[in-house]
Order: sequence, then C-alpha cells, then structure tokens
Amino acid sequence: MTGRARDIAAALPARLDRKMVRDLWAIRLQALAIALVVAAGVAVLVVSAGMLDSLRETRDAYYDRYRFADVWAPVVRAPDSVAEAIHQLDGVAQVEARVRQPVLFDMPGLSAPASGLILSLPETGLPRVNRIHLTEGRRPRAGQREEIVLLDGFARAHGLAIGDRVTATIRGGREEFRVVGFALAPEFVYAIAPGQIVPDDRLYGVAWMGRDALEQAADSAGAFNEAALILQPGARERSVIDALDRLLAPWGAPGAHGREDHISDAFVSSEINQLGTMASLLPPVFLVVAAFLVNVVLTRLIAMERAQIGLLKAFGYHSRDVVWHYTKFALVIGAAGLALGVGGGTWLGRLMAAMYIEYYHFPFLLFDLPASVYAASLGVTLLAVGGGAMLAGLRAARLSPAEAMRPSPPPDYSRALGAALARWKRFDQQSRMILRHTLRWPARSAFTLAGVAISVGLLASSMYFLDATRAMIDAHFYQSNRQDVTVSLVEPRPRAALHAIARLPGVLTAEPVRYAPARLRFAGHEERMALTGAPPGAHLSRLIDSQGRPVTPPPGSIILSRDLAAPLGVSPGDRIEVEITEGNRPVFELSVANVVTTLIGSGAIMDIGDLNRLLGEDAVISGAWLRIDPDQADTLYAELKNAPAIGEVSLQNEAREQFERLMDEGMGASIYIYTLFAGMIAVGVIYNSVRISFSEREHELAVLRVLGFTRGEVAYVLLGEIALLTLIALPAGALMGAGLAWYFSEAMSSDLFRLPYIIRPATFGYSVLVVLIVALSSGLMVRARLNRLDMVAALKSGD
Amino acid sequence: MRSAPPSAADQTDGPVACFRTCGLTRVFGEGATQVRALRGVDLSIPNGEIVVLLGASGSGKSTLLNILGGLDRASGGEFDFRGRDMTAISDNELTRFRRDHVGFVFQFYNLMPSLTARENVELVTEIASNPMPALDALDLVGLAERADHFPAEMSGGEQQRVAIARAIAKRPEVMLCDEPTGALDSATGVRVLQALKRVNRDLGSTILLITHNAGVAAMADRVITLADGEVRDSRINEHPVEPDALSW
Repeated sequence: MTGRARDIAAALPARLDRKMVRDLWAIRLQALAIALVVAAGVAVLVVSAGMLDSLRETRDAYYDRYRFADVWAPVVRAPDSVAEAIHQLDGVAQVEARVRQPVLFDMPGLSAPASGLILSLPETGLPRVNRIHLTEGRRPRAGQREEIVLLDGFARAHGLAIGDRVTATIRGGREEFRVVGFALAPEFVYAIAPGQIVPDDRLYGVAWMGRDALEQAADSAGAFNEAALILQPGARERSVIDALDRLLAPWGAPGAHGREDHISDAFVSSEINQLGTMASLLPPVFLVVAAFLVNVVLTRLIAMERAQIGLLKAFGYHSRDVVWHYTKFALVIGAAGLALGVGGGTWLGRLMAAMYIEYYHFPFLLFDLPASVYAASLGVTLLAVGGGAMLAGLRAARLSPAEAMRPSPPPDYSRALGAALARWKRFDQQSRMILRHTLRWPARSAFTLAGVAISVGLLASSMYFLDATRAMIDAHFYQSNRQDVTVSLVEPRPRAALHAIARLPGVLTAEPVRYAPARLRFAGHEERMALTGAPPGAHLSRLIDSQGRPVTPPPGSIILSRDLAAPLGVSPGDRIEVEITEGNRPVFELSVANVVTTLIGSGAIMDIGDLNRLLGEDAVISGAWLRIDPDQADTLYAELKNAPAIGEVSLQNEAREQFERLMDEGMGASIYIYTLFAGMIAVGVIYNSVRISFSEREHELAVLRVLGFTRGEVAYVLLGEIALLTLIALPAGALMGAGLAWYFSEAMSSDLFRLPYIIRPATFGYSVLVVLIVALSSGLMVRARLNRLDMVAALKSGD
Repeated sequence: MRSAPPSAADQTDGPVACFRTCGLTRVFGEGATQVRALRGVDLSIPNGEIVVLLGASGSGKSTLLNILGGLDRASGGEFDFRGRDMTAISDNELTRFRRDHVGFVFQFYNLMPSLTARENVELVTEIASNPMPALDALDLVGLAERADHFPAEMSGGEQQRVAIARAIAKRPEVMLCDEPTGALDSATGVRVLQALKRVNRDLGSTILLITHNAGVAAMADRVITLADGEVRDSRINEHPVEPDALSW
C-alpha cells in the first residue's frame, strides 16, 4: 500500500472504513476492471439514452417552433382557392399552399450539376406551415425576384457568402439569383436527394424564394402544387389524407402523405429508434456482468477474510455491519464506475452530438443529460453492484464467529459435477485439476463463459454493421444500380428524348425509364409508391433476386420488392390492383411475377412498354439511366446543366463515395467505441476470473512448484481453466454475435433500408482475436505473479 | 550413542555423501529487520540414513530443510547433493532437482483437493523418470483401498499418508519431512513414521525429518540438533528403534 492510500485510510473515522480502503487498494486492479465494466454500461446508457432524449427533444421543439407539417398534399396544379377548401376539412388546423419546383444548380467550382428544390415563401409574413430558420442574412423582399435563401449546409459546402450569385435551371429556363440568406428548415434536417440514402451537401440543395417570383419561373401563376398541413390536436391523419385525396383528385393529386413518408423525418425517426434499441439492449448486459463480477470478487474476499469476519463478530459487530461493510466496498467501486461512465458518456455524447449535427441539420443540438438519465444510471449501478455485493455479504453474515475463525475445510470435490468425465483415463492430472475446478463452481464458470461469449458477441455484432453496410453498398451500387448518372426529365417526353440524351457527349449507354406514382392494392391493403417501367433486360438499373440474378418482369406482370409485398400480403402469382395517380388515373390489374429483397429503398418494376400501354400513351420516358465515360464527365455535366428538359440529375458514383465516406467516419468511430466496451467486459471477466483463480489456488500452485513442476506446467494448471472456458466461449460468442446481428438486422431495418443478414468470417475472426488478446494479456499479468510465488511461505500455511 | 565429528564436512574420502554443506548461511530481510536464520552450517549426511533434525522454533531447521530441498537459496556457503554443487545452479535445474530426486512431506498435507488419493500420487508419477505404480505407493502406506477418495473424504492421518505415498512414488533419493506428525495424534503419527521407515528400508531413500518431538529421535540413524542457526550437536544413534516402539 502506498503512503497515499495509508493516509486516506488513516484519515477515515471508522476502523472498518480504513480496512475497506486498504482492502480496496490491495485488489485495485480487479476493482478497476469492474469499475470499467460499470463505466462501459453507464456510458452506453448515457450516450444512447442521453442522445435519444436530446434528439427527440430537439426534434420535437424544432418541429413545433417552426411548424413542421403533419401532412403534405402534392398536386399537379391547383388554384389558390383550393387552399381555403383544404382549410375547411375536418381536422385541419393550418394550410400553406406553396410552389415546389425541382431545380438544377450550376454551382461555381462544381462541374456536376447539383439537384435540388426551390420552394416558395409567402410574399409577406411567415409561412403558416414549414417555416425556415435563418442562420444568416434575411428573407427575400417582396417583389425582388432574383433573391433567394439557400439551405445552410448547401451554401456552406460551396463556400458561398451572402450576396453571392447562383445560377440554376428551373423548368428549362436558366436564371441567376442573389443569395440573401442561409436557412435551416425542419423539412430538411436530413437533406437528402430523392432515391439517395446519404445526404451530400454539395450535390443536393434547397432554395426558397418569393411566391410571385417562383410562380413566374415555374409558370404557375395563381396556382400552387403542394399544400402542407398542420392537423388539429387529436385529428386522425388517415381520415384527413382520405378527404384530401378526394378533394384534390381533380387537380392531379398523386396522393397526400404524412410524416412517415417524409424522407427527412423518416431518417431522423429511424435514427431515434436505433438509439432506443441500443439504449434498451446494451446497458443491462454490462450491468449484469458488473453485478456478477462484484459478487465473485467479494465472495473471494470474504473467503479470504473468514477469520477476520469471525473476529469482528466475536468483538460484537452485527451481521448487518458486516453486510454493510462489504456492500460499501462494492458501492465505492460502483461510484467510481458511475463517475467514469457519466463523465465518459457525456464526453462521448458531446462528440456524437457534434457528429450528428454534421448530418442532421438542427439549428441546435445540445447533448443534454436529463435528470431521468442520471437517475437511471444511478439506479442501475446501485442495483447491479449493490445486488452483487449483498448476495456475497449475506454469505459473510451467515458465518458463525466460531466457525469463521477456524480454517475452512478443503473444498469437497467428491460430489462435483461431471465427476465421471473428469475420471476419464486419458487426462493427465493437471488437466483433471483444471476440469474439476471448472466443474466444482459451475455457476461461476458458466458466468465467466457467458461473459467472454458476450464480449465476442458484442464485438461480432458491432462489426456486423460494417459487413451489412458493405453488402448494402455492393447490392445497391454494384448489382442493382450500375448506372453512373440518372437523369429525370422535367415532364415525360416521347422516346426520341432518349436518343437525344444518348447522343450527349460522354454517354456510353442510355436506358429509358418511365416513373409513375401509383397505389397498389391487395386484399384491403394499400401501398403508395413510384412504379418503374424499365426496358426488358435492363442492364443498368435492375432488381436482383436472392441468388444474385437480375430479374426481368415478364410481359403483363410486375415485380415487387419485399418491403412492398409484405404489408400487402402479396406472394408471387397473386394479382394486384394498380391505380396510377397521375394523368387519367387508370386502374388495372397485374400479376406479381416475383418478390425480391432490396436493401435500399423499395421497388415495383414492370416492362416500360406495358406501362406506356396501360397509361394510354405512346413510347414515353420520364428519364434515363446512363453509363458514362468518366473522362468526358465534365463536358456531359455542362450539357446537362444547360439542357432545358432535364429536371434532376443524380450521380451514382458521388453517392457511393459519399456513402462510403460517411460509413467510414460514423461507423468507424462507433465500432472503435464498441470494441473498447466489449474489450472492457472481456478484461473485467477474464482478468478477474484468472486473478481469483490465482488467489484461490496460490497455495496449490506453490505446492506443485515444490513437487517439481516447472513454471510453465504450473501456469497451465492456473490458466488452463480460463483457456478452456475461453475456447468454449469463442464459438458460443460467435453464435451469440450471429444472433445479435440477426436481431439488429430486424430491429434496425426501416422503410428506408434493410440491413442484410450477412456476417463475414473476418468479423468473427476479429472478435475472437480481440478476446484472445485480452485473455492472453490477462494470463501474462497473472503469470508474472506466478513467477513470484513464494513456495516456502505457502508451505507455512495449512490453507 | 556416540558423537559424530563436528567437522564432518571436511571429510573428503569415503563414499559420496547425500548432502554436504559448508558454512551455509541464510539471511532474511535487511537493516534493522534482518534475521540470520542460518549462521554457517557444516553437515555431511550419508546416503540411506534416517536423520532427525531437532531444535527449538527459530533454530533454523526448516530453513535448512528448504535449502537442501531446493525450495530456497542460501545467502552464503556451499552445499552439494551427491557430489554435485547446488549453490550456483539455475532455477530450472532446481525444479528438475526437486522433481527427480526429492520427496517432500509437510505438516499440512498439501494435497490437491481436486484430485483423489490415487490421482494425487499420479500427479507426481506422471512427471518422474522412474516411478512406481501409484497403487503400490498407496499400498506401502496402507491406503490402497482408499485410492479413489478425495482429500475432503479422508482423515488427517490418511491425508498425511497419501502425502507420503505421493513423495515416495517417484522413488526419491531423499525425502524431506517437515513436522510430518505435527498435526496428528500419537497412534496416527506412528503409522506415518512406519511408512517412512519402510520407504527408507525398501527404497534406500535418505530421510531428513524435522520434529519438535524428541521421542521421534529414537528411530533415527543420526540426530542433528540446531540452535540459533548453527549445528549444536550431531549424534549417531547406534540402536535405532522401530517406529511402533515410539510413543508420545
């Protein structure tokens, strides 16, 4: 004990507390290992519950303050008077009728066109729904048609300043604007282009301008094409949407939708759900492990202090004093873990908040720990370490003073589990000792095994996210969507447009595509989506079945992605009703040829010719998929920016790179953290197990040395047990990891993406390796003690 | 009984002794807390004898036994085992020495609680170069029928006899016994000593036996008395008695 610990001990009033401090100091490494497990559990709780709470509070406050819409109702074009009719619908509190126009930005320094949206702001006053939060500058002034406000992230990604000029193509017309303000908006917390899965602030932008100016640019004087609504408290969203659809059908409404189909909100909500899963799943695992560790360490301490406990009781200390003494012991460890966990968790939470704000554009996101998370941390820590300590302490309480002061009898192995197994002749005696010791305390061995397995499982399941994401990238970008560029036309055009696109410089292949908004119905269920018409044998964008083969819809049939088919209850061979919600709104039946799993987004695909025919149109396309010559990309981009018919351009390569970059940053950090946490469990369980085993068997091991066993042979007896348990735990842990990964793949998949259940062998290899390294270093640390075994001292004691 | 020459270590002719020490010292600690446990021990112990070491607590008998058995190292002086210098050998060689040549018996039996009597003996026979079958060793101490019992199922005397069986099973050249009867009643103690005597007779092992009990000295071929870390007296017992004639 150092002078410092002695000083602290001497300064304490109660003698028992001095004893506690000295005892704690003697097992400081073990206590630290336990405190780290507690800390890891508390930190995960603090980060996930705190982040969950902060995100939820921030989102709710932001949505509320900036009047985020509950329902969006797009139309082709409706006169302003319709807005008043919407307002009169039951359950509608506020309506904002606005113009929403796709746009291609020509940003300085960026050869590729940036897609985006321009939204109208009322000429005077604030919008009633979907307000914006200015971070810099001001709103456009009434009548100033060249003034725009840009989405903050987009402006910053391009290094723009207030007063800079920006060129954009709106409905084929090239216009120049002056940036007068930067803004954030609840609609664009996660600013993501349609069909993409990660935001790219350079390639997707949003602008706001005065209603009059936008009406002129979009050629929609006196009309709006989107109504955003806030519902009255208690109103049923479904009935409002139905009423809206009926009201707006004459105005070419493809169908209103609520927040669940709003892409930004869907991403924010999905993130919140994932945090909720983490917050409820992981902390209990850590704290149960901590409770167990406290229990075994204290049980051992009590066994070593039997005589002292007997003496204390003989002096007149109550059983409850003894129990309280050991409980305090655990509480000190728990307090250390709690402090470390809350401190570390808060620090991590702030880092995470800073990371979130890069992707989720809130005006503010403070990582704030509400009292409830503090209370929960304190509560679970108390429960875990206090519970573990009480159980051990009660054993001390049950000792009678006279019994306690006698040396404990040799442990009886005659009735231990698996006696027959251990008698097997092929074992040498050392192996037999290992096996019998392991089986003699089955609960402890089982828990050590479980602890090691949990670390392997946690490691494997956190690494699984990398595997799943890699598989998603591969499936989405390399198998299904192999086009370099997707162009969408401002409005559907005859097939000749495809040839014009194909002739653009740098275009190697062009495949036509026809999109049509539709509702699919089957057995009373309805799903809304965009129906894709693709040419037979489409080479670039296609659906892939579970065997990795591209599937082509046979004539007169449709192929659905599983996430569409499942809620409809549709199987291959069923006939579904399809209602196209544009143009003449034809309704027809199609047979489902196949159901395939898509990892990102949904899909319903049919032959483009079939779709054209059902829509009663000639060969018409909505856009094209392109494979391009990278060397001529800049020339092509320049042409696309100036092409009046092009409404939207999305670049697959850029999207893939952005996805990979984001994954490396975000996932890299969290995997590092989970590796650290799983490592803490491994260290806590393995180091304590070996250390306790050493303490229990120190005498036995010294005797083996006396009998002429070498250090290596004695180390085998000591470390064989943890090696055996670790070896059994590794496959068990791999299995657990596979189970957890399956759970995560189910729990964390959303409408936006599905985590495929794919675990690479390397993931198991990595997890096993980390745990082996921990086991090996714990073994080496205790092996150093083994080398210092005092044979003579051991023989002096009868224990 | 006659006194042996005190400077036995100086004798260089005749058969090689089992142990020979010269000026052996052992100092524990340093400064104010320094304890000089051995202050220059000169001894020569012939092969095949039963030697009883007597002496008060703190006289240095256990320290001497530990050094002779390779469990501890001397601070100074020399000692050899059957002519081999043991003072400068490595830790590994010391382990080897214990493994191949020495059988230990202690006051506390130091059995492995997780192994049965037979397995405790086999623990040693598995690593020895010329062991006897474990059951034979248990038979020598009269415990063959208890071979499959665990230590927790045996009395103290039985456990001590298992410890002796474990020590003799390797056919050691030397058996070092530290208070082997210290924790036993008289009748059980005699059985243990009978077992030791039998080993000495049947296997020719040299036996060094520490005891507080002067009565045990009657069975010895030689009795060495230590006091204050030095050999106070070394006597040859012309007429050793059988253990069953002993009582205390």
